[in-house]
Amino acid sequence: MANLQNNRRGRRKILRTVLIYFATIIAVIFFIFPIYWLIATSLKTRAQAFSTPPLFVWEPTVRNFIDIFLKRQTEIEAITGQELELATGAETFFYNSFIVTFSSIAIATVIGVLAAYSFSRYQPHGTNTLMFFILSTRMLPAIVVAIPIYFFYRSLGLYNTHIGLVLLYTMFNLPFAVWMMKSFFDEVPRDIEQAALVDGSNPIKVFYKIALPQVLVGLGATIGFLIINVWNEFLFALLLTERATRTVPVMIAGTRGEVGINWGLIAAIETLYILPALVLIFVLQRFLLRGMTFGTVRGAK
Amino acid sequence: MTSQPATGSRILKIFPIILIFPAVALVVFLVIFPLIWALGLSFYSYNVLRGEPPIFVGVENYYRLLNSLDVWRRFVLTGQFVFYSVSIEFLLGFGLAHLFYNQFRGRRLAITLVTTPLLVAPVAVGIFHRYLFDATFGIYSYIAQLLTGQSVRILSQHPMFAIVFMDVWQWSPFMMLFILAGLEAIPKHMLESSEIDRLSPLAKFRYIVWPTIKPLVALALLFRTMDAFRTFDTIFTLTGGGPGTATEVLSIQIYRTAFQFFRTGEATALAFIFLVIILLLTNIYLRLARRE
Repeated sequence: MANLQNNRRGRRKILRTVLIYFATIIAVIFFIFPIYWLIATSLKTRAQAFSTPPLFVWEPTVRNFIDIFLKRQTEIEAITGQELELATGAETFFYNSFIVTFSSIAIATVIGVLAAYSFSRYQPHGTNTLMFFILSTRMLPAIVVAIPIYFFYRSLGLYNTHIGLVLLYTMFNLPFAVWMMKSFFDEVPRDIEQAALVDGSNPIKVFYKIALPQVLVGLGATIGFLIINVWNEFLFALLLTERATRTVPVMIAGTRGEVGINWGLIAAIETLYILPALVLIFVLQRFLLRGMTFGTVRGAK
Repeated sequence: MTSQPATGSRILKIFPIILIFPAVALVVFLVIFPLIWALGLSFYSYNVLRGEPPIFVGVENYYRLLNSLDVWRRFVLTGQFVFYSVSIEFLLGFGLAHLFYNQFRGRRLAITLVTTPLLVAPVAVGIFHRYLFDATFGIYSYIAQLLTGQSVRILSQHPMFAIVFMDVWQWSPFMMLFILAGLEAIPKHMLESSEIDRLSPLAKFRYIVWPTIKPLVALALLFRTMDAFRTFDTIFTLTGGGPGTATEVLSIQIYRTAFQFFRTGEATALAFIFLVIILLLTNIYLRLARRE
């Protein structure tokens, strides 16, 4: 009797495991498929990308990745007029994206960490108000701020400059940097710092010798999210840049509405463009929930 | 020697304020200042292309917009998009969270893969979904054809489905993360005692699971609703608001009014109406969350 029951329980457990794996596989396929298909398309020739029904088996080619940077204007002009810009400008656009991302993150991190430290440790007058004030700027729909910023930038001469974009992105990332870093500072016990201050140590030294080293992991995670935020930004880049300062997302969006686009080539550009995200998802996994909620929800392990 | 602590405390008083200053200054310069300017502009009739100075028209922009059937249609459209997306994302995220609440080999990797869409650039998502949904060589259209037996041009026939589908793909994992965090916060002893008491699954959910995950669910819904309302990049690159105005949500309408038709005064007025709606929503949600 007992044996039979054990058997039944065992069988139910196996069935459960099978179901769990089945559901997991379906879920993973659903969420990863478009990304797989993007990368697959980037390895197809123009004709293969346009095949109906879609090709599941083909001989992969890296030709598109070479074309992004090497294909010359005239070659492309012969096929469609529009791709001229695409193939000749990619390196400029990637360079622009890189410069803007790097500079704005450097500034936002420094300013943000300082403010976060102050909010966490000294809690000056009006800390709560200021913190919510800073956060509320992030809740604004970008399009609402976009119109005035567009006119300001035109009249101030910041339009179509790297500095203009960098300033803007710094601003937009500050709420994130401040809130996220505050959540990391809050987790570190402050006894040592207080003891050092009582002993008469310089508060600046206390900050970078004692407090900062303890939140390095958090700092890394914060920077990771900042990279994603800036690298992915589209609306302001679209409005405030022209050819010379254009970033990758604006170029990619510019392919919309063209007839007879070379999907293989675009997929290759997009693949390069989302590569940082594909790497960072593994690095940031542990902090994902925290990053998406400005440090307010810590999440489980 | 006695002056040492005094200088120390004076530094300690100024130090935190110096640290905060750059952050606050930048926010004021790039958000508050432009916003006030824009609020002023929304009371003017101004068209950049005409090159005339702005004319003060009072609340006429607001009056016209709120009486325009077209604008109300966009409100309804945006509301539909938000409602469909967020509710499907919630259901899917709920299911996924319960799936990943089980411990099994490869669980971490599966979670990582499922959450990948969260970090992918919206522009890349939008443009690539154009290819996936393409009527002749898109693989989603191909699958739809296999399922229904007839050729479906998703982007022109069911544009709303396309943008909701894309949003669900990208943001369901977000809901999943919240609910999973909620599930993992349930004290183990409570689950064990519910087993001993032989609580029905429904009762277990009602009395043990739901109270713990409720605050997180509320927060997730708040974040998602607000973000869905603001969605611009993905819809703009997938459908551009079209065909016609079938997917022209509010943010795209503001963009078009301001930067394609250059009716700047009207666009800022619409932007402020939009802002008020978002603020109201935030307030309602926060109040609900606090009451719990």
